[in-house]
Amino acid sequence: MIFLENIRMAFTSLLANKSRALLTMLGIIIGIASVIAITTVGNSLTMSISTSMQAMGANNINVMLTQKQQEADERENGIVFGQIIKNKRATENDNFTDEMIYALLTEFTDSIEAVSVSESVGSATVKKNTDSADISITGVSLGYFMANDITMVAGNKISLEESQNARNVAMVADKFVDEIFDCPYIEVIGKDFTTTINGQHVQYVICGVYEYVESEMAAMFGGNTSTTCYIPLTTAQDFNHSRNYANLSIVSKVGVDSEDLARRIENYLNGFYRSNQYFEVMAFSMASMVSIMGDMMGTLTTAISIVAGIALLVGGIGVMNIMLVSITERTREIGTRKALGATNSSIRIQFITESMIMCLVGGIIGVILGIGLGALGAELLGYAASPSIGSIFVALLFSLGIGLFFGYYPANKAAKMNPIEALRYE
Amino acid sequence: MVISMSNTSAETRKNILHLSGIIKRFYIGKPNELQILNGINLDVNEGEFVSIVGASGSGKTTLMNMIGLLDRPTEGKYIIDGVDIDDATDQELSYIRNQKIGFVFQTYNLVSKTNALKNVELPMLYAGVSKKERTERAVELLKLVEMEDRMKHMPEELSGGQKQRVAIARALANNPAIILADEPTGALDSKTGRTVMDLFHRLNREQGKTIVLITHSEELAEETSRIITLKDGNIIGERAGGSYDLS
Repeated sequence: MIFLENIRMAFTSLLANKSRALLTMLGIIIGIASVIAITTVGNSLTMSISTSMQAMGANNINVMLTQKQQEADERENGIVFGQIIKNKRATENDNFTDEMIYALLTEFTDSIEAVSVSESVGSATVKKNTDSADISITGVSLGYFMANDITMVAGNKISLEESQNARNVAMVADKFVDEIFDCPYIEVIGKDFTTTINGQHVQYVICGVYEYVESEMAAMFGGNTSTTCYIPLTTAQDFNHSRNYANLSIVSKVGVDSEDLARRIENYLNGFYRSNQYFEVMAFSMASMVSIMGDMMGTLTTAISIVAGIALLVGGIGVMNIMLVSITERTREIGTRKALGATNSSIRIQFITESMIMCLVGGIIGVILGIGLGALGAELLGYAASPSIGSIFVALLFSLGIGLFFGYYPANKAAKMNPIEALRYE
Repeated sequence: MVISMSNTSAETRKNILHLSGIIKRFYIGKPNELQILNGINLDVNEGEFVSIVGASGSGKTTLMNMIGLLDRPTEGKYIIDGVDIDDATDQELSYIRNQKIGFVFQTYNLVSKTNALKNVELPMLYAGVSKKERTERAVELLKLVEMEDRMKHMPEELSGGQKQRVAIARALANNPAIILADEPTGALDSKTGRTVMDLFHRLNREQGKTIVLITHSEELAEETSRIITLKDGNIIGERAGGSYDLS
């Protein structure tokens, strides 16, 4: 009963000095808001990345060429973005060969489920009457369909026979069919379309229609984006007059530690590149990418938390200061309450409640502001905002803690006031 | 066999305050040690309206603080409504204050930003009375002091006389053994002071409330049933007061 009455009194006294209370709460608001904003952005990022990783297969291992570093220590910092192929482009001779892939499959036959290879052919526009659609043509190995989650809505995926004989077949997106043919998906199977890539005329027979999944990037830019048209890898190689691959995607078998496998694959393949002057192999699992992202977010969160901690400390001192002012102003009230039978502890609880309520209100405003800022940040980065419930809970608990900690000294001072002196206070 | 005793009979009246040999010293053990009360003996019985008069510096405020349990005597015995305060802890003193004493101050001391009703409820809040009971009793008391139409008003919206009437209602909240009024008309003009004094007389006569009035005004003291005169920390006179025609 007295607990609710204390909360009511706390709100009454906060509302009596609105602007003062708000200014006092500012430190708490800023501290809490920054923590919530950063955790919201971090959480959105991690959620979004792990969702797309899941779609790509978290157990996939990407293998690519990277320029040899002069200073070996630079590599220790993980992936050095922007440093890959800075001075020199990997040539056909540097790329992975079929022999390497075969050797890899032989060496790791127990761990590798499939090797997925893709080769970009180019972009093209397909026209039919007044309709047109942009496509990007990519040659893929059969392993690609194991590494990537693609759902068919009609027809079949590229077959072994089509792949071996470098047939001019294509797997197109349902969106592409809608744009060009505008008929049930099943009816386009076996139909062909023509287009021009880099001045070369090509014709493909549609063997299957897959479900187009709009990427978040595409969704962000909007408009008429191009869909991918998959053709057999061999067909693409014929077109490009190339036999080698710039990167590989490896699907590990179920139960294999993909991070460990990535390390072993990297070591193994580097054997082929010992004599290569410029390039070496780098292999990393999607799982390790996720953990690298997690580490980066963790570091950022720690940094922001320290700043927020300082803001909260300053905010807490502000609360203590204003509580000291408040009890001085209300000395007579304290004296009166004591005369009417309030015990020291009930006075102490009253003022601690007031300070805790002030911090909690600040915390709630901070959380709301933080979610707003975090959502805005996530939106700008192109991710769906997902505030971290745990950190909101911790933030509110923490602000109550600040109220308790910084409210105790002033409240205790109020509790220990001599009622006679308090009643005579002018 | 049960013998029923009448409260109105002077001989059988219950003792409310018993002070014997009350001494109060300040700055004990220091060069400026000061003795304010030099051994006060005072008894107040139920239903009495006693006034304590004296010039400033006579020790009447210190005595009031002793009676009101806001301070402890250095020496002497004090029993209030059968409770010896000598071995009471601070927390017990708070409880006794809450249950046995109703304070009325010169400067009203209503809690600001809190309406009249909530102010009257305050002592009951500390007594742990339920919300419903608190409100019922507070409304009843505000009716008694004719302030029921101002229940929801904030202290700053009330006149001095109105504030003092709310303060008196608050003093009555826990049905205390004694009402301790310290210069209750000191901040009021004579007309409103008169209505406040009339209220005390009514409470004393109609409700049988025991009242101790601390004042420097001989004129007001004359209205009470007993006048105790204090000078330099000693009771120098005690006599029956005049009568006051409450009409």
